[in-house]
Amino acid sequence: MIPAAFEYHRPQDMAGVLAVLEEHGDDARVMAGGHSLIPMMKLRMADVPHLIDLQDVGGLSDIEIGDDSIRIGAMVTQAAIIDHDGLASAAPILREAALQIADPQVRYMGTVGGNVANGDPGNDMPGLMQCLDAVFTVVGPDGERDIPARDFYEAAYMTAREDDEVLTRVTIPLPKGGYAYEKQKRKIGDYATAAAAVQIVKEGGTCASAAIAMTNLSDTPVFSETAGAALVGTSVDDAALKAAVAAMLDDIDPTEDNRGPIAFKKHVAGVILRRAIERAWSRA
Amino acid sequence: MKDEVTREDRVANLKGMGCSRKRVEDARFTQGKGNYVDDIKLDGMLFGDFVRSPYAHARIKSIDTSAALEVPGVLAVLTADDLRPLGLHWMPTLAGDKQMVLADGKVLFQGQEVAFVVAEDRYAAADGIELVEVDYEELPVIVDPFESLKSDVVLREDLVAEDGSIPAGAHGPRKHHNHIFTWEAGDKDTTDEVIANAEVVAEESMYYHRTHPCPLETCGCVASMDKVNGKLTLWGTFQAPHAIRTVVSLISGIEEHNIRVISPDIGGGFGNKVGAYPGYVCSVVASIVTGKPVKWIEDRMDNLMTTAFARDYWMKGQISATKEGKITGLKCHVTADHGGFDACADPTKFPAGFMNICTGSYDIPTAHLEVDGVYTNKAPGGVSYRCSFRVTEAVYFIERMIEVLAIKLNMDAAELRRINFIRKEQFPYTAALGWEYDSGDYHTAWDKALKAVDYDGLRAEQAQRVEDFKAGKTRKLMGIGLSFFTEIVGAGPVKNCDILGLGMFDSCEIRIHPTGSAIARLGTISQGQGHATTFAQILASEIGLPADSITIEEGDTDTAPYGLGTYGSRSTPVAGAATAMAGRKIRAKAQMIAAYLLEVHDNDVEFDVDRFVVKGAPEKFKTMKEIAFAAYNQAIPGIEPGLEAVSYYDPPNMTYPFGAYVCVMDIDVDTGVPEIRRFYALDDCGTRINPMIIEGQVHGGLTEALAVALGQEIAYDDMGNVKTGTLMDFFLPTAWEVPNYETDFTVTPSPHHPIGAKGVGESPHVGGVPCFSNAVQDAFRPFGNTHTNMPHDHWRIWRTANELGLHD
Ligand SMILES: Cc1cc2nc3c(=O)[nH]c(=O)nc-3n(C[C@H](O)[C@H](O)[C@H](O)COP(=O)(O)OP(=O)(O)OC[C@H]3O[C@@H](n4cnc5c(N)ncnc54)[C@H](O)[C@@H]3O)c2cc1C
Repeated sequence: MIPAAFEYHRPQDMAGVLAVLEEHGDDARVMAGGHSLIPMMKLRMADVPHLIDLQDVGGLSDIEIGDDSIRIGAMVTQAAIIDHDGLASAAPILREAALQIADPQVRYMGTVGGNVANGDPGNDMPGLMQCLDAVFTVVGPDGERDIPARDFYEAAYMTAREDDEVLTRVTIPLPKGGYAYEKQKRKIGDYATAAAAVQIVKEGGTCASAAIAMTNLSDTPVFSETAGAALVGTSVDDAALKAAVAAMLDDIDPTEDNRGPIAFKKHVAGVILRRAIERAWSRA
Repeated sequence: MKDEVTREDRVANLKGMGCSRKRVEDARFTQGKGNYVDDIKLDGMLFGDFVRSPYAHARIKSIDTSAALEVPGVLAVLTADDLRPLGLHWMPTLAGDKQMVLADGKVLFQGQEVAFVVAEDRYAAADGIELVEVDYEELPVIVDPFESLKSDVVLREDLVAEDGSIPAGAHGPRKHHNHIFTWEAGDKDTTDEVIANAEVVAEESMYYHRTHPCPLETCGCVASMDKVNGKLTLWGTFQAPHAIRTVVSLISGIEEHNIRVISPDIGGGFGNKVGAYPGYVCSVVASIVTGKPVKWIEDRMDNLMTTAFARDYWMKGQISATKEGKITGLKCHVTADHGGFDACADPTKFPAGFMNICTGSYDIPTAHLEVDGVYTNKAPGGVSYRCSFRVTEAVYFIERMIEVLAIKLNMDAAELRRINFIRKEQFPYTAALGWEYDSGDYHTAWDKALKAVDYDGLRAEQAQRVEDFKAGKTRKLMGIGLSFFTEIVGAGPVKNCDILGLGMFDSCEIRIHPTGSAIARLGTISQGQGHATTFAQILASEIGLPADSITIEEGDTDTAPYGLGTYGSRSTPVAGAATAMAGRKIRAKAQMIAAYLLEVHDNDVEFDVDRFVVKGAPEKFKTMKEIAFAAYNQAIPGIEPGLEAVSYYDPPNMTYPFGAYVCVMDIDVDTGVPEIRRFYALDDCGTRINPMIIEGQVHGGLTEALAVALGQEIAYDDMGNVKTGTLMDFFLPTAWEVPNYETDFTVTPSPHHPIGAKGVGESPHVGGVPCFSNAVQDAFRPFGNTHTNMPHDHWRIWRTANELGLHD
């Protein structure tokens, strides 16, 4: 478990990062917390001749809560999300989800930017960000651009970010209504067998809007628009729950692994989603 | 007024047996000051690591090391061809088989050692490994032992004669080229007859899956050949340092006095560190070749994939009984998957370990056991993972068969156990498969356990839960797991227990210093058990010097007396007995010295806590401290100066700890997630040396039991790829997954052990696995479940619910 030799870069600003990326192209990669990238390098599944550590680049670790949106810097750690009281009241689903990621040691290092940029279907934050309709800001040689989380994921480890672009922040419209992040895992530190992020708005006893995203049930996170739509206009009764689950099941495409076969994963996905909706609804 | 030192104070001051003395080891461990093998750094030390096979079965057509040798820092690449002239390309295993040190023409399991890269540091070695080019020709892979016994594919060509016949192996005739041995115990004909004519017979097949001990510290060593004085020093993670010294001497030809084996601090063993591994041999050879110290340390994947797995037993059972539930007979057949080489760590005469303890805690008049060992394309091993040799398998088997029989009889499983327990007055009890159980009081323990958990109340609650479930009020089922186990530990009497001819006695050597402190050295080696704490307590009580004044040392073959090491819960039963016996020799000499000093006859003084007193005149005494000083500094007619003793203890019998466990579990039928609500563990390990350490051992053993029962496995795909090679997939529980354990005890001392102690480190694992498993199975019993295989991870529990039609 020893990585191949690599050159270690530690630029002090984003211009420095982009310069190294430009110089070495495919051979260079940025590192945030390193808790996905370093294991891959140690297993020699990722070969990174030029590693660019983002730790010293300023301005990437802020959390700002505005009137209608929240901005989270790419280098904000999962632990910082959990510790931030303003976030806990503005978007409590973030803390609920972050507490279900890995273990405290990993969360002190792992970042929001790394988690969403990684492109591993097991990561929890991509689905979460899709549920919240977040926008990712990336910067590259041609300047900044915004990519909606719901359009970001193409396949496992393939995203809309170009190799020479760096993700700088995540912007989330202030979430409204009830929320839940429900995750089944085998043990602490495990990726999800199935996980569901739900944000739901209730108006006079009926569901006004609902956003639903699932994790680790396809080669990308799955934002299930139809599952959310199945709830809208209902009182989120049993029939609506069943319809939402059925719609979600049409959208996911799990594969068999050590967590279990496809039939099991689909069944659990349904159970987890139902529980998430029920909890979100009870909080709405 | 002068404070009186009472007798109680004197007893307390010793911190002898029965006291929860704090672990003396913890000061260094909790400060990060332990000294493990990877902490050893010697001048000019090199680092060796393996090129490993990506295939489970392949022929090796060629190995090209030239590119690797170009890597800066890489000094040598050893292959089987380099070891052949030394006769070291194969090595003997503990089970009487032999194993390739480096792949000799073919590989038999994924991760097998193919070449050994020696470099200036581990980074250069890793780069060198990448560049060794091995040309493999894939061969058909066999991962199923039943298929193996039918297959034309020959896994071990070295074990087939030129005329195609199959010579006998170390344990007798072999039936097929992939067959290793058949081992039998008990009376087949009578058992068959009893079962054929029985009123009730229950049958079950069960698979005890392959898993791994996974100690936190992996295996490793540092070999240093001093060419000037011809002495080889070998530091390593050895659970049996003396045995390693003898084996190294036998296979290398280096005389034993020129080999010094040192086990430094060891970060857990659980059986994984008993055997000899290719890494040891290659490090020694590399040190001889280069003249420099060579270190080899496994990484986690190496450890999980290649060194010593545990279990992998396919067990088929039949149990017969009267209609009232009195058991009349038991039959067990095991197909044992040993992987590519038979490297099981068992006493040599027991190729299936003590599987013949599978009649458990019950008075079963007739029984028969047959075990077939089989080669497959999996890693070798077959060690006792936190248990005495194959006892976990045996206890799991009988504790499942009891449950299956209870279902067949429609009887309460606790009651079925009670009416079949060996009764207190039957001890010593000779079981149908041959062992003589030294002592036990099972009914008392069982009643205490059931009362503690309010067993009847639990059953009533469970019945209500089933009603509620059927009425749609809940989706959670409740399981009550029961287990009553009898262990067989303390191997063992030399008359039937040896490893490759090395008798399984153990030893202790004591030196009392003139000022009344002492050092004792033993043939065992702690891997976390706390020997430095507990053995000092045994001695404190035996020789009347405070435990705090006694140093315990183990693990250096140049200083410690010969012994067979620590595994199979043998340290307290064997070395602990040696310690007490050596202490008694000290005391006997001290008595003569005391009598001389007190000017009375030897028989007129008696031992009292920390002194000898004149009988009838307690004010006349000599403390052990005074006696120690006199032993060295006073001329005593007829007595040699000094106060030292050594004892080599060959136990007359094994010891038989037992216990009663109950687990209460709630199971989410829809997700397969189990939640352990309660776990009660009553252990009877005879005399209790240190209750705190016992409790710690019970917690640890139960946690490893939970792991094995609920998810921990080494799984292979059809191509022989290991699917659980990292801790992401190999389940190692943390505080998060572990419930609160309630511990309890009864005390039934071993009648033949000098202090009545029996060993406890492994009991909780042995008894815990069936208890957790039975809880899962019991939850589904009302819906028709009789048996499902472990590990009970979420999806397998879900599958059981699904197959029973519990999902809509
Ligand atoms: C034992 C363990 C358990 C875990 N369990 C979970 C879990 O349950 N759920 C979960 O979601 N995660 C889990 N993780 C992953 C953890 O959360 C990671 O930290 C996270 O996925 C990546 O964050 P990072 O900051 O460590 O990124 P890194 O490892 O540094 O980077 C990951 C990838 O993203 C790229 N990257 C990082 N930052 C940027 C950026 N600003 N712009 C562009 N690309 C970037 C890197 O180049 C790399 O390819 C676990 C990790 C471990 C070790």
